[in-house]
Amino acid sequence: MLKLAVVGLGKMGLSHLAMIHAHPRVKVDAVCDATGYVLDVLNKYTGVPIFTDFDAMLAEVPLDAIIIATPSSMHAKMVNAALAKGLHVFCEKPFCLDTKDGELATRTAAEKGLVNQVGYHYRFVGAFQEVKRLLEANAIGAVSHVLAEAYGPVVLKPKGSSWRTQRSEGGGCLYDYAAHPLNLVNWYFGAPQGVGGTVLNSVFSKETDDEVFGSLFFADGKSAQISVNWCDESYRKMSTKISIWGTAGRITADRQECQVYLRDTATLPAGYQQGWNMRYTTDLTEPVWFYLRGEEYSAQLDYFVKCIEENRANDNVNSFQDALMTDKVISMMIADAAKGASVTSEEALPEAPKKKKGFFGNRR
Amino acid sequence: MDRLLFGDNQFFGVNHMSEEKARAQAMRFQDIGSVIEVLDNAMDEGVNSFMCTTHDRIALVCDHMRANPERYKDFKFMPCMPYAHKYANAVTEDGILGTLKRFMPDEGFLNAAMRGGMSLAKKDVEGITTLLVDAEMKMFAGLNTPVIFLQNVVVDLLLGLGFNEAFRIFADHVKKRYNAEPGFITMNMPMLLDALENVGVENPIVCSNINKIGFRMCGGFEAYERALREKKFRAIAMSVFASGAIPPKEAIEWVCQQPNIEAIVFGASSRGNIRNTRELVDRYWTADVADEVIEA
Repeated sequence: MLKLAVVGLGKMGLSHLAMIHAHPRVKVDAVCDATGYVLDVLNKYTGVPIFTDFDAMLAEVPLDAIIIATPSSMHAKMVNAALAKGLHVFCEKPFCLDTKDGELATRTAAEKGLVNQVGYHYRFVGAFQEVKRLLEANAIGAVSHVLAEAYGPVVLKPKGSSWRTQRSEGGGCLYDYAAHPLNLVNWYFGAPQGVGGTVLNSVFSKETDDEVFGSLFFADGKSAQISVNWCDESYRKMSTKISIWGTAGRITADRQECQVYLRDTATLPAGYQQGWNMRYTTDLTEPVWFYLRGEEYSAQLDYFVKCIEENRANDNVNSFQDALMTDKVISMMIADAAKGASVTSEEALPEAPKKKKGFFGNRR
Repeated sequence: MDRLLFGDNQFFGVNHMSEEKARAQAMRFQDIGSVIEVLDNAMDEGVNSFMCTTHDRIALVCDHMRANPERYKDFKFMPCMPYAHKYANAVTEDGILGTLKRFMPDEGFLNAAMRGGMSLAKKDVEGITTLLVDAEMKMFAGLNTPVIFLQNVVVDLLLGLGFNEAFRIFADHVKKRYNAEPGFITMNMPMLLDALENVGVENPIVCSNINKIGFRMCGGFEAYERALREKKFRAIAMSVFASGAIPPKEAIEWVCQQPNIEAIVFGASSRGNIRNTRELVDRYWTADVADEVIEA
């Protein structure tokens, strides 16, 4: 049995705790949170040992692994402390707000041969995995452009302050929502060379962004566009969609389905035909041992457990290194947005059009 | 319990296959009148039980039925609580305690419990649970609610955490306060049955995915088959079409052959589809088949 602790009992922490507690080969030996009341209820009814002091927990409880789901600004310190203790670490996204911290953690985990994973669960969604397979098989030829979108109803009115309403604490649409489509783009196409035209706008939030738009530029001329808004009540819950254009076809995928159009010039992957192809979540989803809110959440934790059991520290789908790539894009976008428009209307006055004769001759 | 129960996913833009389809359905049912029309169609086809989320819009359906008591006297609501997204979005914003505060009808109670700090008494959890249930049940006042369900996100969260005692608290309250049968919706049926047995919830109503392709039947197809054969519980099959992945005839024929299933919950947006499902069930779910299977 793997001895594991969960730190941080917000929405993600609690759902990780439920799933990992139900895992047949894991024993949850400690839970840590700042809120005594919630901990007390858990302890009373489930018997799990509880801590309000993270360092005390690390010192007192013998552990193999840890799940860190605290507010983002606390990740770096906790991840590095856990690695120093020799623990395998699963950390919620975004990984580290300061990319230097992320680099240190990535190096330490590699040196110590510890399994390291970040909770970008979309890499475990069947439809998005299918996209990865199709791209690796070069199904739509040379890709020229990607549109990565996410919309949902998180911030629907101005409201009070919490860590999620402050950019400095890792809150906001960029860190919370846009990080997901960005991470998928990184997974499919690697790190961009640069970003441009980034817009980080507030709709309701005072101290952070609610919508994120921008372009990513890749070495081979490929580009990506990001369009994210978490103030969109027309969506029932977060909805992420990727559209990819290639010389031989187009792919559109969301959590439910993967739609692929292949031209007659495409190399057809097994089971695919020229024209439209649809693959649904029912075909693409592997069963999991326990379901709480989507197979992908269970699958990513199971993958973490398997990597530990099989000593596969270098074989992670969502390693610290991968998450660091996304952290770096995020920090580039913040820097880019601060610059504002790259060309302003004053300097961009159009050249006076050359006088030419109109269809009916020059009327002047 | 009726053999066919009408579900409500189609009314609220829930479709596990396609977001486009889900949105089209949400638009189609924008007007509560179109929801009521489909419910009327279901009644005309003999489907009188409605398993519905405690979504705000269901309150409008309740108002309509209260205003027409004669027409709807045999209509049964089977509320499924809570409407999970409401709470999930709140937890993201306010944390667990903030959410409780927001939804508790009586904030004083929670504050008093909080002051108790680490010396939390059992009655606090009971009190909070029952107050939340009562808040969700308000919209159904004066209507038939023979079964009250706990939604799968909550059931499976509690199940994963090992907080099994909460199932008993819920079951006891629903029986005592509403004279209703407690029901549990889950994606992990075999595991839940063990948990319910452990806390003494006997012969429970459990609604879970039961379909020919094993879609979202966590714990595995065989464990489900074994549970249906060997465990004492009242099974309701949902997602029998696996979100459309199984053709209707094949899906219903298969599910009707499984032992000990008491009811099937299904969703449909038109009278034609409701009738098709009803006719398939009438055809394949004959008393003979049910008996045969149970004996075998």
